[in-house]
Amino acid sequence: MDDILLIVFLPLLAAIIGGLGNRALGNFVVKLITTVALFASCALSWPIFLEFVAGNGTTEVVPVLKWVESGTLSFDWALSVDALTAVMLVVITTVSAFVHLYSWGYMEEDPDQPRFFAYLSLFTFAMLMLVTADNLVQMFFGWEGVGLASYLLIGFWFKKPSANAAAIKAFVVNRVGDLGFMLGIFGTFLVFGTVSIPEILAAAPAMAGSTIGFLGYRFDTMTVLCVLLFIGAMGKSAQLGLHTWLPDAMEGPTPVSALIHAATMVTAGVFMVCRLSPMFETSPTALGFVTFIGAATCFFAATIGTCQWDIKRVIAYSTCSQLGYMFFAAGVGAYGVAMFHLFTHAFFKALLFLGAGSVIHSMHHEQDMRYFGGLRKKIPLTFWAMMAGTLAITGLGIVGAFGFAGFYSKDAILEAAFASGTELGGLAFWAGITAALLTSFYSWRLMFLTFWGKPRWIESEHVQHSVHKTPETAEDSTGGYQPHESPWTILVPLGVLSVGAIFAGYVFHHAYIEDAAFWGSSIAYNEHLMHALHEVPTWVKWAPFAVMITGFAIAWYGYIRNTAFPARVVEQIEVVHRFVFNKWYFDELYDFLFVRPAFWVGRLFWRAGDIGIIDRFGPNGAAWAVAHGAGYAQKLQYGYLYSYALVMLLGLVGAVSWIIAG
Amino acid sequence: MADFPILSLMLAVPLVAALICLFVEAKGARTIALAATLVDFALGVLLWANYDIGGAQWQFTERVELFAGFSYALGIDGIALMLIMLSVFLMPICIGASWKSVDNRVGEYMGSFLLMETLMIGVFTAQDLFLFYIFFEAGLIPMYLIIGIWGGAERIYASYKFFLYTLLGSVLMLIAMLWMVNEAGTTTIPVLMAYDFPPGAQTWLWLAFFASFAVKMPMWPVHTWLPDAHVQAPTAGSIILAGVLLKMGGYGFIRFSLPMFPEASLEFAWLIFVLAMVAVVYTSLVALVQHDMKKLIAYSSVAHMGIVTIGLFAFNVQGIEGSMLVMLSHGLVSGALFLSVGVIYDRLHTREIDRYGGLSINMPKYSLFFMLFTMASVGLPGTSGFVGEFLSLAGIYQVSTWVTLVAATGIILGAAYMLYLYRRVIFGEQKNEDAAKMPDLDLREWLMMGPIALAVLWMGVYPESFLAPMRADIAALDARVARVKPEGDSLLKLAEPAIEGEATESDDHGEEPAHGGAH
Repeated sequence: MDDILLIVFLPLLAAIIGGLGNRALGNFVVKLITTVALFASCALSWPIFLEFVAGNGTTEVVPVLKWVESGTLSFDWALSVDALTAVMLVVITTVSAFVHLYSWGYMEEDPDQPRFFAYLSLFTFAMLMLVTADNLVQMFFGWEGVGLASYLLIGFWFKKPSANAAAIKAFVVNRVGDLGFMLGIFGTFLVFGTVSIPEILAAAPAMAGSTIGFLGYRFDTMTVLCVLLFIGAMGKSAQLGLHTWLPDAMEGPTPVSALIHAATMVTAGVFMVCRLSPMFETSPTALGFVTFIGAATCFFAATIGTCQWDIKRVIAYSTCSQLGYMFFAAGVGAYGVAMFHLFTHAFFKALLFLGAGSVIHSMHHEQDMRYFGGLRKKIPLTFWAMMAGTLAITGLGIVGAFGFAGFYSKDAILEAAFASGTELGGLAFWAGITAALLTSFYSWRLMFLTFWGKPRWIESEHVQHSVHKTPETAEDSTGGYQPHESPWTILVPLGVLSVGAIFAGYVFHHAYIEDAAFWGSSIAYNEHLMHALHEVPTWVKWAPFAVMITGFAIAWYGYIRNTAFPARVVEQIEVVHRFVFNKWYFDELYDFLFVRPAFWVGRLFWRAGDIGIIDRFGPNGAAWAVAHGAGYAQKLQYGYLYSYALVMLLGLVGAVSWIIAG
Repeated sequence: MADFPILSLMLAVPLVAALICLFVEAKGARTIALAATLVDFALGVLLWANYDIGGAQWQFTERVELFAGFSYALGIDGIALMLIMLSVFLMPICIGASWKSVDNRVGEYMGSFLLMETLMIGVFTAQDLFLFYIFFEAGLIPMYLIIGIWGGAERIYASYKFFLYTLLGSVLMLIAMLWMVNEAGTTTIPVLMAYDFPPGAQTWLWLAFFASFAVKMPMWPVHTWLPDAHVQAPTAGSIILAGVLLKMGGYGFIRFSLPMFPEASLEFAWLIFVLAMVAVVYTSLVALVQHDMKKLIAYSSVAHMGIVTIGLFAFNVQGIEGSMLVMLSHGLVSGALFLSVGVIYDRLHTREIDRYGGLSINMPKYSLFFMLFTMASVGLPGTSGFVGEFLSLAGIYQVSTWVTLVAATGIILGAAYMLYLYRRVIFGEQKNEDAAKMPDLDLREWLMMGPIALAVLWMGVYPESFLAPMRADIAALDARVARVKPEGDSLLKLAEPAIEGEATESDDHGEEPAHGGAH
C-alpha cells in the first residue's frame, strides 16, 4: 500500500474509532490509538520530505475514489504528492503528533478526553486532504473540514458561552472567505473547463490578458479568479478584514491553538497561494493585492500584539502578523521563501503556544501576564523552551554564521520584498521592518512579564482559588503558591520543537531558498528574484538585526529596568493606546455593520414581511373575504375542506369528458 | 422483470395496507404500516437494482387504456427513480417516528400515511397528464388530514392555510393541462415533453404551472404556509412534507416547465432568479431569529429550495444535476433534522429552543447525529449537502455572477442560523433541569437516524451512485433546453495579441515576472 494513503487515512481511522468508541473504549485506549496513528503518519512523512530535500523525491498522484462527474465538470478523490505537499506533510504530522502527546499532560484532568483526541485526529486528516488535493474541490473539502474541526475544538469547552461564541464566529467568518473561494472555483471552471490544479496551472499563462465579466463589470480574467481565491485564503489565514475570528479562537484549549491556530490550518491560505503560484504569476494586480494585504496585516496585528495582557492573545496576534509576512513574500513572487517561513514558523510558533500552555498549566489556568512574573526559576525547562521560541521568532542570528529558525526565513522575506524593486514591495519591506521591531518588543515583553521580575501571582483569581487566600490575607505576592514544572508528556514536545526552532532554519535554508531543484515544478520559482536576494545592500541585511535589538532594548527598559515607564507612555498616547488595545475596533464595527442588522432585518422580514403583509393580505385576507362574502358562498361551505377535493376531482372528470366530447 | 408490473405493486402495497389499517386496533395498524413500508422499500431497492442505466429513457412502463385518451400509464426515468427511492426510504422512518408519539386514531393515522405513500409514488411514476394531476393534488388530502387531526394546537389554521395555498395553484394548472391536451391531442407526458407548444401559448401555460409548483416548492412569497404546516404537523408529517412533498415542485419544473415550455422558461428565468434570491436571503435571515426549532428548519427549507430553483433555471447540466442532488439531500437532511427535533420533542413536549441547552452532556449520541445533520444542512463537503449546492451554484455561475453571489450568501447565513441553533440546544450549560434528565437515543431512534446518517455520508462522498441513473435523463433535458440556453454574463474574451495597446495594460510583465505587483 502506498505510504501516502496511510499517512492521510490513519488519522481518519483513529478519529472514527476514537470518536465513536469514546467512553466505551475509555480515555487511555483512545489517546493511545490516536497518538500512535499520528506518530505513524509522522514517521512515514519524513522520508518523503527528506527524499525531496535530497533531490530525488518523486511526484505522484494516487487515485482513491471517483467523486463527482457532472457534464464536463468532474473531480475525484486523489492524493497528490510533490515537494510543496511534502513540506506540508512533515509540518502537519510532526506538530500534530507532538500536540497529541502534549495533550496527554495538558488535558489530563478533562472529563472529555476521547472527544478531544478524536477531534484532533479528524483535524489532521482534513488538513492532510487539503494539502494532498490535486483539484480545487478536494482542497475545498479539506478547507471546510479543517474549519469544522477548528469550530469543534474552539468550542470544545462547550459550557462556556465565550467559547461557543468564538466557535461560531470562526466558522461564519471563514465562510465569508469560503464564499470567495467557491466563486473562484466556479470562475476557474468557467474559464478553464476544469478544476484540476495541474491542468489549470498549465493553461493559466494562455489566459493572461483576457477579460471576463463579473457582477456586471469587465475585469482581467486572471485577476478576478486569483482575487476571489485569495479571499478564501484571507479567511482561513486570518488576514486583515477577515482576521477577527483568530484572537477569539484562543478560547480553545492551548494544544489546539498551537496545532490549528498557529502551525497548520491558518497557514492553509499561504499554501493555497503557493500551490496556485503559476496562476497568481499571470496577474500582477492580484499579486499586488496579496502583497498589500500581507503587509498591512503584518503591521496591524503586530501593533495589537504589543498591548495585550492575555499571553495567548499576544501569540495569536503574533501569528496573524507572521502570516502577513508569508503573504507578502508570496505577493512579491518569493513563494519558496514564504513556504520556508511557514515551515520555520510552524516549529517556533507551536513551541511558543505549547510553552505558554505549560506556563498556564503551572499557573492554575491563569492566562493574564499581569499575574505572572518571576517564573524563570520555578519552571526552568519551560522557560528555556520559550526562550528558544522567542529567539527564533525575533530572528536572532549572525549573517553568514548561525541563526535561529526565524532569522533565515524572516530575513529572506524582507530581502525579497526589498529586492522585488516594486513600490508595493518597498511598502511591504518597511511594514515588515516595523513589524519586526514590534515583534521583538512584544515577544520580549511577554518573556519579561512572565519569567522575570517579582511574582505577582496572588492577584490572580485562579491562584487565589488554588491557595484559598486573597491579596489581603496572603503573606507575600506569591501567596504561597508553588508553580510546578509540567509532566514529561508536555516537556518532550517542547524539547523536540525547540530543536526545530533552533535548527530548522540553519539546516533547510539552502533547500528552500537556493535550490530550485527542491521545488521542482510544484511552485513558480523565480530564479531572478532569488539571486537578487543576495545582492541587497548591506544595510538591508542588517536592518532586521538592528530593529530586533531595538525592540529588545525597549522591552528590557520598560519591563525590567523601569517598570513604571510603560504606564507613563500609555498615558501620553491614551487615544492611540485605546484604539490599538481595542484591536482597532474591528469587532465593534462588524457588530454594528453586520451582526445586529442581520438580526434586526430578520425580525423585520418575519414580523412585518411574513406576518404583517404576506399572511395578512394572502391567506388571512382570503379567509376574511370568504367569511364576509356573499351568502351563496357560505351555502357551498360544508365545513370540510376535503369535500373541496372531491368537488375538484369531479370537476376534473367533467372537464375531461367535455374535452373528449368536444 | 421487464413485464412484471413492479410500479403498480409499489402503488398497491401501501394502498391495500392503508385500507386494512382502518379496521384494526392500534398495535396491529403500526405493525402493518411498518411492514408495508418496508416491503415498498424492498421493492424500491429491487427497482433501483433492475434499472438499466444507459438503457431506455422510460423503463418499467405499464399502460392500460381507460376511456378515450385517458390512460393508466406508469413508467420512470432516472430522475423519478431517485425521488421514488427517497420516498420509500423515508416512509419506514416516518412510521418509526410515529410509533410512540401517536396514540389516538392510530389506524386512521397509519392509513393516511400509507395512502400518502401511494400518492407520492404515483406522482413520480405517472406518465399520463391527468393521472399525474390526480396523484399530485390528491396528495393534499392525507397531508391535510395529518396536520388537521394529529397536529398541534393551531392545527386548524395551519391546515387551512396549507390547503388554500396549494389549491389556488392547482386550479390554474388544471386549466393549462386541459388546453395542452386539446392542443397536442395526447395526455402522454413523454410525448408532451417533446411537443413544441407555440411560444405565445407557452407564456401563460408556464405561468399556470408555475402557480402550482411555486406554492409546492415553496417559493417566496407563497411560502408562508410551510412554517405553520411544519410547526403544527406531527414529526412524521414534517419529515414527509419536507422530505418528499416539497420535491414535487422541483419535479414539476423538471418534468413540465423546462421541457414543455423552454422558451417561456427562459423568458421567466429572471422572475425565478429574483424570487429565489429574495428567498435565500430573506428566509435565511428570518430563520436566524426563530425561537421555535421547527420553524427555523422550515424557513431553512425555503432557502434551500431557492437554490434548487436557481439551479434548475441555469439551463445546464451542472445546474440541473446539482438541483436534483440538493433535492435528494434536502429530503434526507431536513427529514433528519425534523426527526431530531421530534426526538427531543417526544421527551419534553416543546419546540421552544430556550427550553433546551447542554444536551451534549446527557445525550452525546444524539448530539453527534444532530451535528452531522447540521453540517449537512450547512453544506459541508463530504456530506450530501455540499455536492448539490456546489453543482447548482457552479451551474448558475455560467449564467449570472450576480445571482451566484447572492445565492451563495446562503452558505454564510446558513452556517449562522444552524450553528446558532445547535449552540442553543446542544451546547451551553444544562440550564433546564428537565432537559438535563432526558435519556439518550434508544434503539428505535438509532434505527431511524443511523440509516439517514449513512445515506447523507454516502451521497457526500460517492454521489456517483445517485448521479449515474439521472445522467442520461438530465443530458436529454439539457439537449431539449439547449436552444434557449442563455449566454451568461461572464463573456470570456481572450487577449488579442494583435492589438498591442490594450493587451499590454494588464500583461506587461512578461519579461520580468519577479516584478509582479507593480500595479
